[in-house]
Amino acid sequence: MVSAMEIYMLLPKTNCKKCGLPTCMAFAVALLGREKKIDECTPLIEEKKYEAKLKKLREVMAPLESASETGLIIHPEKCFGCGNCVVACPVNVAAEPTRCGVGLGPQGEKVILRVEDGVVVCNNVKECRRFGPNKVLCNACTATCPSKAIEFV
Amino acid sequence: MAICTGCSLLCEDIELTVKDGDISHVRNLCRKGHGHYQALLTERARPMIDGKEVALDQAIAKAAEVLHSSKAPLLCGWSNATLEAQAAGMSIAKKLGASICDTSPPCLGALMERIISGRIPTCTLDDVRNFADVSVFWGSDPSNSHPRHLSRFSYYPRGEKRQKSYEEERTCIAVDVRKSATATLCSNYYFRMQPGGDGEFIESILATLDGRIPKFGDKKRMIELGTILRKAEYGVIFPGIGMLYSLQNRLELFETLLAKLNEIATFKVVPMVERFNSRGFYQLLHAPGNSLAAAAKGCDAALVVGSDPLAELPLATARALARVPLIVIDPHRSLTVDAASVVIPSAISGMEAGGTALRTDGVKISFEPIIESDLPSDEQILAKILEAI
Repeated sequence: MVSAMEIYMLLPKTNCKKCGLPTCMAFAVALLGREKKIDECTPLIEEKKYEAKLKKLREVMAPLESASETGLIIHPEKCFGCGNCVVACPVNVAAEPTRCGVGLGPQGEKVILRVEDGVVVCNNVKECRRFGPNKVLCNACTATCPSKAIEFV
Repeated sequence: MAICTGCSLLCEDIELTVKDGDISHVRNLCRKGHGHYQALLTERARPMIDGKEVALDQAIAKAAEVLHSSKAPLLCGWSNATLEAQAAGMSIAKKLGASICDTSPPCLGALMERIISGRIPTCTLDDVRNFADVSVFWGSDPSNSHPRHLSRFSYYPRGEKRQKSYEEERTCIAVDVRKSATATLCSNYYFRMQPGGDGEFIESILATLDGRIPKFGDKKRMIELGTILRKAEYGVIFPGIGMLYSLQNRLELFETLLAKLNEIATFKVVPMVERFNSRGFYQLLHAPGNSLAAAAKGCDAALVVGSDPLAELPLATARALARVPLIVIDPHRSLTVDAASVVIPSAISGMEAGGTALRTDGVKISFEPIIESDLPSDEQILAKILEAI
């Protein structure tokens, strides 16, 4: 997963404030948090000397585009389908205490994570504790994954 | 709701959508179970005699004929067959005076015998979920072998006495030679040992429990492990194949460890069986089972039910088995099916055929067929063979 520092190294580092943020580092963090877009850094787009950096930046940012609104990325090719995340997710347990709470697979549609066709899939992202302005940095699903198939941006 | 026969956990909460006699969508099935069914549904076996396709009844008649004329037949496989099929197999063995054994690793029999006879204390996986606070995975990697083990029973679920579960009340320990997927989940409680060092490791634990300084391994870490085990209220050890292969004939050492741990706290053992009904076979047999390596060398015909011994067994045993005429009852193509002289296709247990099986902890679970099939089940085929011989 790309870090804010790696993104910063690919920015102009002039702190020109054209994006509306005070520093390039702040822009890098905003870019990672998907509050800003690459196109908002006008010098990077317009000036020819940054062409190579822009290309590299688009490359490293490409995997983040598949992330959900909460920044959740699932790599289905790595998933074991073990259901650790399904059972550990506090929202899942609250939605189905008699099933997810005791280790069984969910039956209803209210849960966030569910194993389908052998791999985990994500639904109802809005229910996730990482969603919205009052988000909590919950990591129950990533910490319990044996194969690092779930990541947060 | 369906039962998955992909591993010995026999998960009961599988939701299937069947469309045109085929599974189109599955929920709650792990990758291993999903792969198991996908593999079984492709390349189905056809009834064959010496490589030529024949009618099913002809193949069954030929199988009975081969078994009947054989002087020292061997019946092997069984770990992927239902209890009913295993019972039918044992009746055939009795009638023919044949030797019967399964294709599980040889050391598993000794452990199972101790567990079934009560010399090593055991409990059900539901007890593990409800009461256990310390789970020790010793030489086993359930994340790969039994993917839903941790999420259904041993670490993540909330149980009767363990409402706070993995967050506060459960400790998960991995003892292994490498940092397996399960060991990464145990983070600080991963204890590494040298390959073959299980005996020394047990001696070190015994020493720390006695309050002595351990001779082997990292002393600080061993004392840390001893303290966790000492403080446990209800501990469960899940010994895997890694431990059994390493200990070989020194299982008494493990028994001593259990006796010592049970003086301090409650400690149980739940075996990690690979195939869905290996446990059933041992329970029905009431004996440690014959050695397959010796039986394969002495036999002059072999009936293989629901397993692929030529691909799985050590080369010497597989070679010994491959020289005799093989009769294979299997739902889909495998190396053994390709090499067999008689092939009898059967319905897939758990999907096309119902029956009962014993989970890895000995709980009996029965299942119904989900998809209709023209093929007979293992049990029906064996009953026909029993009639004919």
